[in-house]
Amino acid sequence: MYRYVFRRCLGALLVMWAVATLVFFMLRVVPGDPFAAMTFDAGDAQSIAALKDKLGYGQPVVVQYGKWLWHAVQGDLGNSIYGSRVPVNGMIAEAFPRTLSLATLSFLLALVIAIPAGLIAATRRNTPLDHGVTLVAFLGLSMPDFWLAILLIIFFAAGLQWLPAIGYAPLSDGFWPWLSHLIIPAVAAGTAFSAIIARMLRSALIEVLQTDYMRTARAKGLGARALLLGQALPNALIPVITVMGIAFALLMSSTVIVENVCAIKGLGRLLIQSILNRDYPAVQGAILVVSAIFVFSNLAVDLLYGLIDPRIRYVK
Amino acid sequence: MAALLEIRDLGVEFRTPAGVVKAVNGVSFDVGRGEVVALVGESGSGKSVTALSVLQLIAQPPGRIAGGRVLFEGCDLLALDEAAIRHVRGRRIAMVFQEPMTSLNPVLSIGRQMTEALRLHLGLSAAAARQRAVALLDQVGIAEPQRRLRQYPHQLSGGMRQRVMIAMALSCEPELIIADEPTTALDVTIQAQILEIMQDLCRRLGVALLIITHNLGIVARYADRVNVMYAGRIVESGPAAALYRRPAHPYTVGLLNSVPRLDRPRGRPLEPIPGSPPDLHLLPAGCAFAPRCSLAEAPCRIAPPPLRALGDGQASACFEVERLLAGVPA
Ligand SMILES: Nc1ncnc2c1ncn2[C@@H]1O[C@H](COP(=O)(O)OP(=O)(O)OP(=O)(O)O)[C@@H](O)[C@H]1O
Ligand SMILES: [Mg+2]
Repeated sequence: MYRYVFRRCLGALLVMWAVATLVFFMLRVVPGDPFAAMTFDAGDAQSIAALKDKLGYGQPVVVQYGKWLWHAVQGDLGNSIYGSRVPVNGMIAEAFPRTLSLATLSFLLALVIAIPAGLIAATRRNTPLDHGVTLVAFLGLSMPDFWLAILLIIFFAAGLQWLPAIGYAPLSDGFWPWLSHLIIPAVAAGTAFSAIIARMLRSALIEVLQTDYMRTARAKGLGARALLLGQALPNALIPVITVMGIAFALLMSSTVIVENVCAIKGLGRLLIQSILNRDYPAVQGAILVVSAIFVFSNLAVDLLYGLIDPRIRYVK
Repeated sequence: MAALLEIRDLGVEFRTPAGVVKAVNGVSFDVGRGEVVALVGESGSGKSVTALSVLQLIAQPPGRIAGGRVLFEGCDLLALDEAAIRHVRGRRIAMVFQEPMTSLNPVLSIGRQMTEALRLHLGLSAAAARQRAVALLDQVGIAEPQRRLRQYPHQLSGGMRQRVMIAMALSCEPELIIADEPTTALDVTIQAQILEIMQDLCRRLGVALLIITHNLGIVARYADRVNVMYAGRIVESGPAAALYRRPAHPYTVGLLNSVPRLDRPRGRPLEPIPGSPPDLHLLPAGCAFAPRCSLAEAPCRIAPPPLRALGDGQASACFEVERLLAGVPA
């Protein structure tokens, strides 16, 4: 078990390194030179080269890569190439809690809706309630996250004025300010994820409810609740957890987009702005953290899988 | 004295895309206290459906109880609501199913699955239920019961799982156990062990046993009385010994001729029943066995024969039973 976790962690680091490397070289290939932009496109080749040298980008790309990797391994992600050259570590430290808050809330909210919805749809199969859940799930899946965010802002922020439209308040400002800023983006980012989980849970449960062991359990005299939650749900969650890893990727990319719509200065917004500015170290740093969130949450999902299904043994 | 379980004129239908199937059609039989009764018949004859109906375990839809009563100590189980039948399930009537590989929940420990009914029906504490589970596993011949309780179904062999199922069925001291082909999925040596354990424990604890099988060898060895089912009806019933000595329905004769028997000369060829079981969608108007029966006459094709008593507790649903018993070659 520990060996398995260790190996998986190594694998995760490998993936992060591969992503970072890919991004590093891709960024240098895409058109758009930040240093030319910094001299307002008026600078001659000489002054651009001087600026590059000053910021440490004069050397060959491979050397730059080696340097970056060397520092990154030691936990230093470098400095922004703009203005007062703030450290990327600081930028991420500021953005990370926002994204983490949003993603976590989004994830929890999605599950809180998806699990009961899946349970209801499966047990009331082919009733209007089931059809209702299916309809809402398909709506949720087919609505683009940014559009949903805009709709929610128009309705709940601009119209009803129940929630703030944009921005973020840290938890230190109080629980409600923090939560109220996050509700709209969390719903917008989590809806598709929630729809996938609900649909998956429904079909898994329908299958489980017809198994021999459920018949055995009913023949024991268990009540509806014990049957559904105690016997069927743990089995039905196994295939759901399998798709959870993939669905989580969807959730993360939704977060990036929704952060931009709702003006939350999280990793997503940091990432997009840095890409637009070709702020190389900032992009590198943000990508590294996003890929870390992704690979480690996938690892967590796999470990959860083994916790729920005793047939899984981490032998490899 | 009334029997422990009296099934009276039970009818069960299934709605299928191809039409309504009468899987069980006017079945009546009794199981007395402490008695071992067998229900035999080919695949699809309605044995499992009969058994599941007793505890209202038929999925509705597509199933539907079309009529009849299932009296357990005089109380009609089919008339009970969900809450009331739950007190009968596992507590007063327990079931053992055919597939030991799939009948236990794969993600719950053996201990959890065994103690569940004990805690629910007998109100035992977790510790007391565990203690009782250990004793039960010991009773069905499972070594190291403590360790087994912590294990999961995939860590046990098929025979061991079936022992667990039996221990589970016995756990709340029911008055009746319904075992639906409890050994069909096991290999022959294990089959005998499981049946011995079941019979022995039921005898000792005074539990009645309704054993469903298509193996007449099992019937001969373990059952007091036998009911033979064909296409949803009982075609013959009686004491096991009488049924062997003097089968009173052409179908029973056919079943006996199609299995090896120790009381017949060796080398006598087995004779499978000609034809195949009827399609329940298209049952003939008369006796369902008539198309495969060498004794069938015109009346057999008009209306289904009723079950008639022949004395000595034997009964047959055959118009031509006198000719059969007179020794006309079947
Ligand atoms: N869920 C169901 N839906 C539709 N028809 C069913 C269903 N369950 C049973 N039947 C019908 O009832 C008939 C009798 O089934 P049953 O399971 O009682 O047979 P059986 O005698 O137990 O056979 P086996 O020896 O194969 O277990 C089947 O042939 C089938 O047509
Ligand atoms: Mg069956």
